[in-house]
Amino acid sequence: MRFMELLYYPGCTLKTSAKDLEATAIKIAEELGYSFKEMEEWNCCGVVASLTSDDLMHHLAPLRNLIHAEDEGADKIVVLCDMCANTLKQTSLRVKESKDDLETLNSFMDKENDYKGTIEIVHFLEFLRDEVGFAQLKKKVKKPLKGLRVMPYYGCVLLRPREVAIDDAEDPVIMSDLLRALGAEVVDNPFKIECCGSYHTIDEKEATSKRAHRITNFARDRGAEAIMLSCPLCRFNLDARGKEAEKIFEGYEQIPAFYYTQLIAIALDLDIDACGFDSQEVDPLPLLKDKGVVE
Amino acid sequence: MSTAAEKDCRHNEKNLAPEIKGRLIDELEDLCEEDIFGCYQCGTCAAGCPFVEEMDLTPDEVLRYVILDKKEVLNSRTIWLCSSCFACAERCPRDINITVVMEALRQLILRKNVDETDIECLTEEEKRKIPQIAFVSLFRKNIG
Repeated sequence: MRFMELLYYPGCTLKTSAKDLEATAIKIAEELGYSFKEMEEWNCCGVVASLTSDDLMHHLAPLRNLIHAEDEGADKIVVLCDMCANTLKQTSLRVKESKDDLETLNSFMDKENDYKGTIEIVHFLEFLRDEVGFAQLKKKVKKPLKGLRVMPYYGCVLLRPREVAIDDAEDPVIMSDLLRALGAEVVDNPFKIECCGSYHTIDEKEATSKRAHRITNFARDRGAEAIMLSCPLCRFNLDARGKEAEKIFEGYEQIPAFYYTQLIAIALDLDIDACGFDSQEVDPLPLLKDKGVVE
Repeated sequence: MSTAAEKDCRHNEKNLAPEIKGRLIDELEDLCEEDIFGCYQCGTCAAGCPFVEEMDLTPDEVLRYVILDKKEVLNSRTIWLCSSCFACAERCPRDINITVVMEALRQLILRKNVDETDIECLTEEEKRKIPQIAFVSLFRKNIG
């Protein structure tokens, strides 16, 4: 089988605490006929976009990655981390909208070529919807997630600012559509687009645990048994900080949080070891066994 | 047992906000292009803010403080609790990007070489467990 190559930008977290997201995405891509080719040279994107109008310096790191992608002859890069995708897209947008800014940034590139503005940044979730198609993905499902009631969770950076969003900023459907393609039942939740607490997981732990509780509890009351999400920081907050919320709210039990790639990998009956479930605070295996989708 | 991680990482109780000589609105003009005077205090930003319960000033109050040149806004916890989720910016009926205003207020302080977060309070276990993107973004937002 001949694989179609996709240039892949990983970012720091995919190589450390989100290896499970990377491993499952690579397996899914292969199953669908694509291979991830990791960029030969990449650096940290800076994680958060530079917001003040005079701060061009923090666009240098994301732009350098886009230049490396152009150097490799690509016209797009696939990104797994929501924060990286957002930051790269915001820099790409800024230089598209301002030729002056692009010129200034290019003048700082001593060793690199100038950026020509040709790279499209594609989140893998977008790729699955737009290039593979959920209908096509559905055909590959070997173990439908029948009876599994899942709350989709988007968080912020997939949807905001709307100029770089992968779906409607207030009423997204991409995750619900994916869940239905996998055979799962969708449990909707008004908190699905609210921030998980983000980096406050370091300096505001209790407030972040309360966020995890607020986001999950409503859906849990409506019968959700699991959460599906895409961002490594959301996963940590809804898993680890959510588990700590059990100590704050009496009787509360955190439900497992899956990356969308983990749920796809299970539905496509791929190697379960790639899912790395042992790294999660809330063990998802009992639920999956109960539903009969893993042994 | 109290661990280093349970220690407060925040500095702002110590009133670290620097003295700003000019009017706040003028200082902010160089950092963001938002029409802060356009705010009519509807409170939509506060209604949708995920951290509003923890804040001492609601986001609309922050804008009002800026308009009235009440510089104590720089000692508010609110500007540090904002996690730049863009919910307020997305919903503001006056099209004010409040997320950007919050960043500009943080920058006014950080650019005076003031750190909001004390990174010494992090334990080895936390450094190992918490995703790297959390550290990089916290440092970008809270370290001058």
